[in-house]
Amino acid sequence: MTDILSQRVRNKRITVLLMLGFFVFVVLVGASVDIYTYGEISLARIPVATVFAASFASINGVISYFYGSSIVLRSLGAEPPVFEDPSHKRLYNVVTEMALASGLPMPKVYIINDPAPNAFATGRGPSSAVVGVTQGLIDTMNREELQAVIAHEMGHIKSNDILTMTVVTVLVGTVSILSDWAVRTWRYGGVRPRRSVRDKGGIHPIALLVIAMFVLLSPVVSRIIAMAVSRNREYQADVSSAEFTRNPLALAGALEKIAGATSPLRSARRGTAHLFISDPLKRQLDEKTGLVADVFSTHPPIHERVARLKKMGYQFEKNGAKKA
Amino acid sequence: MYGIIIVLGIIGLIILWVILAYNGLVTLKNQVENAWKQIDVQLKRRYDLIPNLVNTVKGAMAFERDTLSKVIEARAKAMGAGSIADKGVAENMLTEALGRLFMLVENYPDLKSNKNVLQLQEEITSTENRIGFARQFYNDIVAQFNTKQSVFPTMIIASTFAFKKAEYFQAGVAEREAPTVDLTLK
Repeated sequence: MTDILSQRVRNKRITVLLMLGFFVFVVLVGASVDIYTYGEISLARIPVATVFAASFASINGVISYFYGSSIVLRSLGAEPPVFEDPSHKRLYNVVTEMALASGLPMPKVYIINDPAPNAFATGRGPSSAVVGVTQGLIDTMNREELQAVIAHEMGHIKSNDILTMTVVTVLVGTVSILSDWAVRTWRYGGVRPRRSVRDKGGIHPIALLVIAMFVLLSPVVSRIIAMAVSRNREYQADVSSAEFTRNPLALAGALEKIAGATSPLRSARRGTAHLFISDPLKRQLDEKTGLVADVFSTHPPIHERVARLKKMGYQFEKNGAKKA
Repeated sequence: MYGIIIVLGIIGLIILWVILAYNGLVTLKNQVENAWKQIDVQLKRRYDLIPNLVNTVKGAMAFERDTLSKVIEARAKAMGAGSIADKGVAENMLTEALGRLFMLVENYPDLKSNKNVLQLQEEITSTENRIGFARQFYNDIVAQFNTKQSVFPTMIIASTFAFKKAEYFQAGVAEREAPTVDLTLK
């Protein structure tokens, strides 16, 4: 996995597999809840629990999809650029250049008054996209690094990542509601376990136990899948940045600068963290490797992203990509 | 009876595929045309910015009349160029002339820190970048369009409806020769 094209193809494959797997997983959880509660799932009867949970979770998803960008912008205190300020004008020009390179219409541009260098993209899709950048990013990056970061955000917009992550969030919400509901109702009993070999009704007690464990652990598993999708989308946006700028090393340099900056972004919240190019809360988790970090962080570790970008630029590190 | 339903279903799917493939090709064709026009938009922006730049520096750089007039000439030539090949060569010479002008600005400390000159420099730098990226995107979308016409099974639709492959934007042979940069301060 080295050059731009093969990385793009590989990332796409991973996303498709993860999303398919996620849908199957949610169906399984719903089926489990229905079996345990009613003793069966039949095609005649609608899987009540799943439909209810999915609808409820979707309300949240629809709201965040349609109103999400205005909410996020307000919570971050984002302002439109002041064109008299040459640094703001330069940023606006860079966004225009990247809109041309990506073939997307010009997004709305906002600037956050914070010294921590970071950037994010939000909005429903290419025609109503929003790109936000901190003053810290404008001040720290040179022109080509700024281009690379903006190109990464435009990559998110072009790949419709905001929609993908909204769907993922709805799936996580569905599983959470299902599991929560199951724990509450199962206290008062569900289907009865089969008492003996001659008992025709009920379900085998071990099967019942497996189903119960599965449903209890499902929220954790769903979050793991969601984070995997988030990290994969970040890698793909890095590939998009290299495609638009034809300059992967510029993004590598920008990421290293961002990693070096130590202060967290003051106004960011946990809910918006995944929208940024690098974790704005500077959680320690994102920089370590090892099982917990690998599985629960929204962003891949920066040294791994830099390694992949260098490979796109045909620079190979001698010790291999992963550092201890 | 089931046989008829299955056959109708298959025919329906084939028709659906034909529609989707045709629409995909038409969409790409229009994107290619739009991308080509976008290059012209950015070129025009450069033509419009240059008189501004020349006027801003003319006073302070009275001794550089030669360089200034070269820029104006190159601009006129590029705007009047006929064929795509001629235009490419003229555009390249304009880029060269602008580059030389910006190099000379470095020698005039008043101009170097002049807010208007800095603004214009940024605008012209951005325009050069925009022209480059517009050409880059044009070639990218042409590659997509041409590939779609060549790939099976979409190629059947492409040849049935007489789609033509688009041409890439290429540097002319004249442009490929390394330009000579005149460093004498005349």
